[in-house]
Amino acid sequence: MTGSIRLPGLALLMLAGSLLVLGLLVLAPLGVVFSEAFAKGLPSYLAAFRDPDGGAAIRLTLLVAAISVPLNAAFGLAAAWAIAKFEFRGKAALLALIDLPFSMSPVVSGLVWVLLFGAQGWFGTFVSDHGLKIMFSTTGLVLATITVTLPFVARELIPLMQDQGTDEEAAAVTLGAGGFTVFRRITLPNVKWALLYGVLLCNARAMGEFGAVSVVSGHIRGLTNTLPLHIEALYNDYDFVGAFAAASLLASLGLVTLAAKSLLEWRFADELAAVRRR
Amino acid sequence: MPAGTATLGPPLSGPPPARTARHRRRAVLPGFGLSLGLTLAFLSAVVLLPLCALALRPWELGPAGIVRSLTEPRVLASLRLSFGLSVLAAAVNAPLGLLIAWTLTRFRFPGRRLIDALVDLPFALPTAVAGIALTALYAPTGPFGALAAKIGIKTAYSPLGIFIALLFIGLPFVVRQIEPVLQDFDSDVEEAARTLGASDLQRFVRVILPALAPALVGGVSLAFARGVGEYGSVIFIAGNMPMKSEIAPLMIVTRLEQYDYAGAAAIGLVMVAISFGALAAVNAVQLRLAKLGRA
Repeated sequence: MTGSIRLPGLALLMLAGSLLVLGLLVLAPLGVVFSEAFAKGLPSYLAAFRDPDGGAAIRLTLLVAAISVPLNAAFGLAAAWAIAKFEFRGKAALLALIDLPFSMSPVVSGLVWVLLFGAQGWFGTFVSDHGLKIMFSTTGLVLATITVTLPFVARELIPLMQDQGTDEEAAAVTLGAGGFTVFRRITLPNVKWALLYGVLLCNARAMGEFGAVSVVSGHIRGLTNTLPLHIEALYNDYDFVGAFAAASLLASLGLVTLAAKSLLEWRFADELAAVRRR
Repeated sequence: MPAGTATLGPPLSGPPPARTARHRRRAVLPGFGLSLGLTLAFLSAVVLLPLCALALRPWELGPAGIVRSLTEPRVLASLRLSFGLSVLAAAVNAPLGLLIAWTLTRFRFPGRRLIDALVDLPFALPTAVAGIALTALYAPTGPFGALAAKIGIKTAYSPLGIFIALLFIGLPFVVRQIEPVLQDFDSDVEEAARTLGASDLQRFVRVILPALAPALVGGVSLAFARGVGEYGSVIFIAGNMPMKSEIAPLMIVTRLEQYDYAGAAAIGLVMVAISFGALAAVNAVQLRLAKLGRA
């Protein structure tokens, strides 16, 4: 790892180059979010949060994440249990299918739900005949968010549980423990940090998702605009302080997630699949 | 070489051969039916059924209709733009990502961990936030945009703006793929090359680069796949002028607004198919490179 530095000048040059690229490309956008949000001083920044549509957008974002993240976490646990603890045919195909949303455009992840439940969707008339509303409602936002964030928890848990094997669980079962006891007392403690890691990333993406929810939302202010969509609406109205003030909330969420993620990586490197692979 | 073992698939924790393992696991641990059932039910509802709609709805237009729908000049231009700029941005990210990964793994300096965490910022920043922030920077009134305008270059509201956004969004993929390989790289091999009189450049080109190649290709392809579908961080800076700076995902949105579901699905299907084909091809190349690197 060390010892390859024969030219300190070159090392310094490479460090300077890296800092330049990261500073201009990555750090500058983060900085501009906050500088634009406070461009007209603290009072205007705070005033931006008194907008009732903004409050509604924050509540909707929290609601959508509160529904979709636990569902994806439960899915991740079930998928990891089946895939890591048992052998069965078609496992590779199942893994590919779980990964698929990662390689799909978010817009396509929203589009597929319109194709099913939109006005001219396969089940569009069925849904409207029964007085249900899926498009332009919280349900649609949740469905699109779930599709986009589906792989996060599962991809974190599967490799770790595969590495851990089945010995501990098998021993517990031999000693007479029931399935749920084994899961709760052995598997869950073994994967808790990885689960938290996956949930953190899943939540950040769920709250920040734009493309997929933009397709299904209908952009009704105060009703179906999540926080990212609200930012777009404000920006298009040339309310830059308002847009960047709202954006500063989401940027802070991103920073907190990043800090928590890095902390988990440093403290529990052995218990995270993402770091073990390195 | 550690770099090679990574491609050999997940390590099995127990030594028994596959058949006995299967037999024993089935017999001992409960919950296979329940967990697989839940997994398949959920996956079918939120991925499989929606994908069926994506795969089938374009055919409402008939084969000729699909071709006509996809060869509309505006659609063709948007597909060319999305795929072309994604390839270009991913390619430029290769040397940038290599530089950063090298600096972070080979040198020790104060604040290294902080900078390492910083690399993930494009992942962590929601795309709409990144989109308006990049636009504020590169618009003619923004600090970077004004600078570029002085030398007569238009950044925001042009393909160059889209390129910058794709560069931003793709960088972490390349760095994160290369980093572990550089970290695990067997310094004995490098040492041997040096003892045998290889220069720094020779060691880099003949020893390190071949071992890095699979990870580099992998990172570039992930950045490409992400770039093709990227929407939030691009849509604000692009300007969205038909035939000039309109990306393919935006064409899907436009068609949905016109209730042209089949036409929107056709574009979506093409995007998924090309991305998937590209990733499959890259996988094959990666395997070849891994073999060459080990030989």
